[in-house]
Amino acid sequence: MALDDKPELEVRVFKIVGSRPIRPDGIDKVTGRARFGADMSAPGMLVGLVLRSPHAHARIRGIDTAKAEALPGVKAVVTSADFGEVSDDLRDILHNVMAHDKALYDGHAVAAVAASSASVAKRALALIEVDYEVLPHVTDVDEAMKLDAPVLHEGRSDETVPAGMSANIMHRFEYGHGDVEAGFAAADEVLERSFKTAATHQGYIEPHACLASMGPDGQADLWCCTQGHYMVRNTCAGLLGLDASQLKVTASEIGGGFGGKTTVFLEPVALALARKAGRPVKMVMSRDEVFRATGPTSSTSIDIKIGMKRDGTITAGWADLRYQGGAFQSSPVQFGAMACFAAYDLANVQAIGWDVVANRPKAAAYRAPGAPMGTYAVESVVDELCEKLGLDRLEVRLKNASRDGTKAAYGPRFGRIGLTATLEAAKAHPHYTAPLGPNQGRGVACGFWFNFGGDTCVSMSINNDGTVSLSEGNPDIGGSRAAMTMMAAEELGIPYERVRTTIADTSALGQNEVTDGSRVTFAVGLATIKAAREAITIMCGRAAKIWGIDEDAVFWEDGHAKPAGPNAGKFPPMSLAEIAAVASNTGGPIAGHHEVNAEGAGVSFATHLVDAEVDPETGAVKILRYTVFQDAGKAVHPAYVEGQFQGGAVQGIGWALNEEYIYGPDGRLQNPGFLDYRIPVASDLPMIDTVIIEVPNPGHPYGVRGVGETSIVPPLAAVANAVSAAAGVRLTELPMSPPKVLEAIDAAGD
Amino acid sequence: MVRVAIWGSLRAATGGRAEVEVEANNLRELLDRLAEAYPGIRPQIDRGISVSIDGLVYNDSWFTPIRPDSEVVLLPRIVGG
Repeated sequence: MALDDKPELEVRVFKIVGSRPIRPDGIDKVTGRARFGADMSAPGMLVGLVLRSPHAHARIRGIDTAKAEALPGVKAVVTSADFGEVSDDLRDILHNVMAHDKALYDGHAVAAVAASSASVAKRALALIEVDYEVLPHVTDVDEAMKLDAPVLHEGRSDETVPAGMSANIMHRFEYGHGDVEAGFAAADEVLERSFKTAATHQGYIEPHACLASMGPDGQADLWCCTQGHYMVRNTCAGLLGLDASQLKVTASEIGGGFGGKTTVFLEPVALALARKAGRPVKMVMSRDEVFRATGPTSSTSIDIKIGMKRDGTITAGWADLRYQGGAFQSSPVQFGAMACFAAYDLANVQAIGWDVVANRPKAAAYRAPGAPMGTYAVESVVDELCEKLGLDRLEVRLKNASRDGTKAAYGPRFGRIGLTATLEAAKAHPHYTAPLGPNQGRGVACGFWFNFGGDTCVSMSINNDGTVSLSEGNPDIGGSRAAMTMMAAEELGIPYERVRTTIADTSALGQNEVTDGSRVTFAVGLATIKAAREAITIMCGRAAKIWGIDEDAVFWEDGHAKPAGPNAGKFPPMSLAEIAAVASNTGGPIAGHHEVNAEGAGVSFATHLVDAEVDPETGAVKILRYTVFQDAGKAVHPAYVEGQFQGGAVQGIGWALNEEYIYGPDGRLQNPGFLDYRIPVASDLPMIDTVIIEVPNPGHPYGVRGVGETSIVPPLAAVANAVSAAAGVRLTELPMSPPKVLEAIDAAGD
Repeated sequence: MVRVAIWGSLRAATGGRAEVEVEANNLRELLDRLAEAYPGIRPQIDRGISVSIDGLVYNDSWFTPIRPDSEVVLLPRIVGG
């Protein structure tokens, strides 16, 4: 992808981009008109339910479904036997969706039924007889790496894992450059610490839900709540042996995803049931199922060693990161290892990552997957070194910060980046120097995410009445309809209200990557701008025809075609509406479209400041003040950008303070519900303040960078640094729940 | 010739070298030549790879041009949440 033809992004004056218009989906969402995954029905619809393993690890010797199938009202029962052979790249997905020869975690699906009602389906589940041979299990990452640990899969370690290690280690990653030992030798202070973080769930409010139907001719339709309906189509087609063209997937509105809806769970099962029953099947997960069987992120164990000179120069950084990704290879440890030192310009750095399986649900992506945990550990050690050497935490970060041209710890040299701008903004902000009270502490941390582009298609129709219909293929999670509408209106030079953006189904556009990697505002925005430019070219051509002049003698400005100068002739400008009104007379309907594998996503950095207060008697932590400083490249709709910043900070606060998957000695999840798995609510939090930094990404026509993920990277560390300062003792394990904080305070006092 | 930086755990496939040289004018040629010269890299290419060219990350665009003086770094496939 070439850079835009208008490189002076800093001086471009936008008319619509950067404003805060009303959200196009707002009224539907506040009035209840918006349709989510569970809101669709079909005539003759059946209810689908899943039978799940009560064991963390068990061989399935047999499944007898005869009694369930004989129950009146039951129309279909499926097990793994109802899915055929699949390609290697889909095998783990299939075996996660429906257990094959072993149940690998508490909650693993082993069978499913479709029945005339939920009560019949529940009774049918109870009639399915599964013959389990219970096996030893392991849920802790360090335990899973031991040679005597129960093995989930034999022979799955790849060529990067040294011989003689546990079969639960799937892959080893290593990044870095320089000589870390020489770097440590040059340091005045070397600090090595170990950290652990608990698995956390994305915590989206809307459970997974879908409605599937399939005719006897093999034509199928699927309505579902997902971050990527093209991914759902391709995956389900592969799992069920369908042609992609025969399966039309429509994305519902989505009540949160955060990475957790970038794969399939119910969808292929619902299709298999619908195929077998010959009737539509609707499936909706309970919250218990969401926790037990959909992707949380990894729990981790991390060792960090950093050397620093008295003046604050970091001489070397080393990390060993161990992430368990649940029952199938899926931990994001590679991104943890790549991202953990990204904020620092280091001559000597090495990060090693171990991808490990354990008897937990298969990990799914969670906002900047893998980065928050590694960054938490690195930023904690940097903070402690600053404390030991009596150095200012922001000054040390500025001194060592990655800048334009820095060779990143994971390999490439950075292009234009905004890390120092976020640090300078934090330093100048009144928050940084505000006084603190007793038992209060202030934390600072930086974070980074790569961002991403990928396959993208949009189609834009210029309607005869001068309005514009835009179709894109990415579910709107963070305001993409508003952002696309704004970029289309900006480029076309027409009011925001004259454009409506729709999320098209999979039959309407070419392939679109999942809404992930903070890609949509960047990639779909880029395609929208290019589609608008194509439509503009056509409209200029129509005006040229009407005026009888050369197409090259017409240009587009403020929503009008205009003659390029006196030599082109003297014609009054023609508006988009005027050109659209005579489209049939000048050549036919006018449209623009753009299909691209969008490359050139710009990385994003953030700096977070947080004040926390610790109750020394109970260990309870209260967040008093929080400010996010993040580079957005160009904030298209600043309110949505601020929302992304705030949401990332809040999820990070929950991860740092309360959220954790708690397993009993039997390997079963003890807290599969929001009462016992405590996410922050509004009353737990102060208003999250935000400062948008705009260092344009040269890879996007308007300078846009993804903003959806970076904001969750710093808060684990920022909160840990604040709590450690407030408690007077370094906390090295997340979540910092009251018992752990109290224990640390008591231990320090002994 | 293009110089290609290899991440640590892939260096087993390049005899421990952190940087190798291959003749390539675009991304597809780069991956083909790498897999031919260093067959041990093939499994990672099959699992998914991203390539940073002069600081921008590319995933699949075969015909992305690479200049002889470009900074080229192999990376695991970049995804997100």
